[in-house]
Amino acid sequence: MTERYILAIDQGTTSTRCILFDRRATVVSVARAEHPQSYPKPGWVEHDAARIWRDTQKLIKRVMASAGIGAAQVAAIGIANQRETAVVWDRKTGVPVAPAIVWQDTRTSALVSALDADFVRDRTGLPPATYFSAPKVQWLLDHTPGLRARAEKGEVLFGTMDSWLIWNLTGGKHHLTDVTNASRTMLMDLTTLRWDASLVDVCTIPQAMLPEIRSSSEVYGAADSVLPGVPIAAAMGDQQAALFGQACFAPGDVKCTYGTGGFLLMNTGSTPVRSTHGLLATVGYRIGNEPVAYALEGSIAIAGSLVQWVRDGLELIGTASEIETLAGTVADNGGCYIVPAFSGLFAPHWQSEARGVIVGLTSYITKGHLARAVLEATGWQTREVVDAMNADSGLALTTLNVDGGMTSDNLLMQIVADVLDVPVVRPMVAETVSLGAAYAAGLAVGYWSDLQDLRNNRHRAGRWLSAMDAGRRAAEYQRWRRAVDCAVLFADQGQT
Amino acid sequence: MSHVPGMIQSVERSSAVLRLLAAGPGRLRVKEVADALGLPKSTAHSILRTLEHVGFAEQDPRTARYRLGRGLLELGRGGLDVNELRSRALDWADALASRTVESVRIGVLDGTPARDGRATGSDGRVEDGAAVKVIHHVFRPDDTAQSMEIGLVVPAHATALGKVLLAYDAPAAEAAVRGGLDPYTRKTLTHRRDLAAALAEIRGQGWGSAIEEWEPGRAGIAAPTRGIGGLVVGAIGIYGPVERVCDSRLRPRTALVAQVRATAESISRDLSGPRS
Repeated sequence: MTERYILAIDQGTTSTRCILFDRRATVVSVARAEHPQSYPKPGWVEHDAARIWRDTQKLIKRVMASAGIGAAQVAAIGIANQRETAVVWDRKTGVPVAPAIVWQDTRTSALVSALDADFVRDRTGLPPATYFSAPKVQWLLDHTPGLRARAEKGEVLFGTMDSWLIWNLTGGKHHLTDVTNASRTMLMDLTTLRWDASLVDVCTIPQAMLPEIRSSSEVYGAADSVLPGVPIAAAMGDQQAALFGQACFAPGDVKCTYGTGGFLLMNTGSTPVRSTHGLLATVGYRIGNEPVAYALEGSIAIAGSLVQWVRDGLELIGTASEIETLAGTVADNGGCYIVPAFSGLFAPHWQSEARGVIVGLTSYITKGHLARAVLEATGWQTREVVDAMNADSGLALTTLNVDGGMTSDNLLMQIVADVLDVPVVRPMVAETVSLGAAYAAGLAVGYWSDLQDLRNNRHRAGRWLSAMDAGRRAAEYQRWRRAVDCAVLFADQGQT
Repeated sequence: MSHVPGMIQSVERSSAVLRLLAAGPGRLRVKEVADALGLPKSTAHSILRTLEHVGFAEQDPRTARYRLGRGLLELGRGGLDVNELRSRALDWADALASRTVESVRIGVLDGTPARDGRATGSDGRVEDGAAVKVIHHVFRPDDTAQSMEIGLVVPAHATALGKVLLAYDAPAAEAAVRGGLDPYTRKTLTHRRDLAAALAEIRGQGWGSAIEEWEPGRAGIAAPTRGIGGLVVGAIGIYGPVERVCDSRLRPRTALVAQVRATAESISRDLSGPRS
């Protein structure tokens, strides 16, 4: 029998990638294309959804050609996507009615501040924020002439990138989204997993334009023109896909993706955990008709971007990797701490007016100490989110599964293990987002038999164990917290 | 600009551009460089872009002006930061471990060999000998208990990584000999002539191995990773039980050699390409 593969499409914020995986979950072939970011006004961020669909078609052809296989050898297609970004398109022509509004876009801040935070949080698990899709759709309906009337007549459709790609891949036959993506619209009831009529009402969004909510892993339909007949069998938001790709299938399993920021997700099992520490309650994944697995999510706003600032703003290093070399010139931070509250402090502090501080300076401090403080800042921010997750869930972290670009920083990984006092594990397949989408699709079509089958594919590429004694860890954490207090104390007066 | 026969003109011109960038306090536009040296603007631009590629010039993204690059400050240091090397090699190293089902290490020579060929210790003392520092380690993908060996220092003359690195660094090879070729097993190369022959063979075939030369029962295969201009900036290899790494005649398995070499070449291609 000829070998068959799973095709994963990772539609991300800056690029789209197509990856073919084999049964052992190894990468067989990759194709990638970047798409432009459009910033038409301060705070606005837009994508051309039509361009993204064209890119996707080209990349599918390219990844198939480079692996030398045909459609018959693709067992299923799985999609992982940038979350919350909103697309509205014409049901008849398939043409987007406006540029897609990207998750980072803040044009809806006035709409969001008018919402009743407790009401929204009770239903959706989310604190109202400009990230989520609902206010973006509302903004489009309010600012595009005639759009609301057309939406009420069912002539235009809304979807996140998963919906947009599935609709296009199936030749306009299926308008649906998966439960993880739906959980980020701020329109879905986290318990019933259905659109919440009152929220849909508050956001004045016509029901007719909403996609049907389905599970993350089931056959939605067959592809039409590209890869005709191949089942489309999974969709997941990218961070949830990384959780799934890291095989975090048991309650208490946590993954952290380190990029410009950091995203931590903890699997909390079949009941949603409402956070009292400023974390988001969200859907982790749902396989077919099985009970949904919920997740707690906490993010670190500034991680890799602090290193970029040291490179571009301070010009202390030439490449991001050199932060480790510089930090390696000293044995410790020399008493120096950096709190990178460039645009406030996120979970679990939520102090939007806090500003970054460098504290503990003496004439002894060199750029090596600063570099170490930079890496430690990512470690301590991880610790704060993990502590909040442990407190909310009643589960104790036993291992942190890491992925993302910053995992190449050996010293950072050691620091994270030191401050968390748990092993930090890097998996062999770095492409955890794509792998998660592939896993979910492969499960739906029987390419892999069950979660244990998936776990067997998981191998450790590296593992860091804590080497810091408890007394020092506690003392350092204490000093980090005092540094955070300084960042709060130094809040931007203009905004309070 | 006059040109002496037998000399390479573009090297002369590049040197002149560097002197120009070093002489002035400010930063220069392409046209200013072209005017100063009497070169066509396109030639000056090509030279500046090449110097930027090798790290000897930098362009300010805001003003488009050129200045000396930080690569000049690091002339004595191999030219590639070890953490940068790990970051650029990460995906390739993972793939090598996946395909060979062996653990993978990347190593560099430890210490900076001075011009007289003797390694300088961190305390400034001149030392003999040569060692390899492990700068990246990917576990064997079988989920057995393994511990992270990044930072571990191993003898150069007794390991595949070390022998490959010595093969392309004559001063370090001399330092290794002067330091004494300590025996670790019965198979360790302890005579300078044997080591020299082994290094010549590595240069000839482009890869090296060490079979039970450091630890009994274990063998390694390694190949050089090269940066811009072909400079060897490290070595990547697999290390494992001799019965898995070698065939029944105790020769490195050809399929594994091919995987190691292909990985080293992929990393080298990546390292000499544009920085992303």
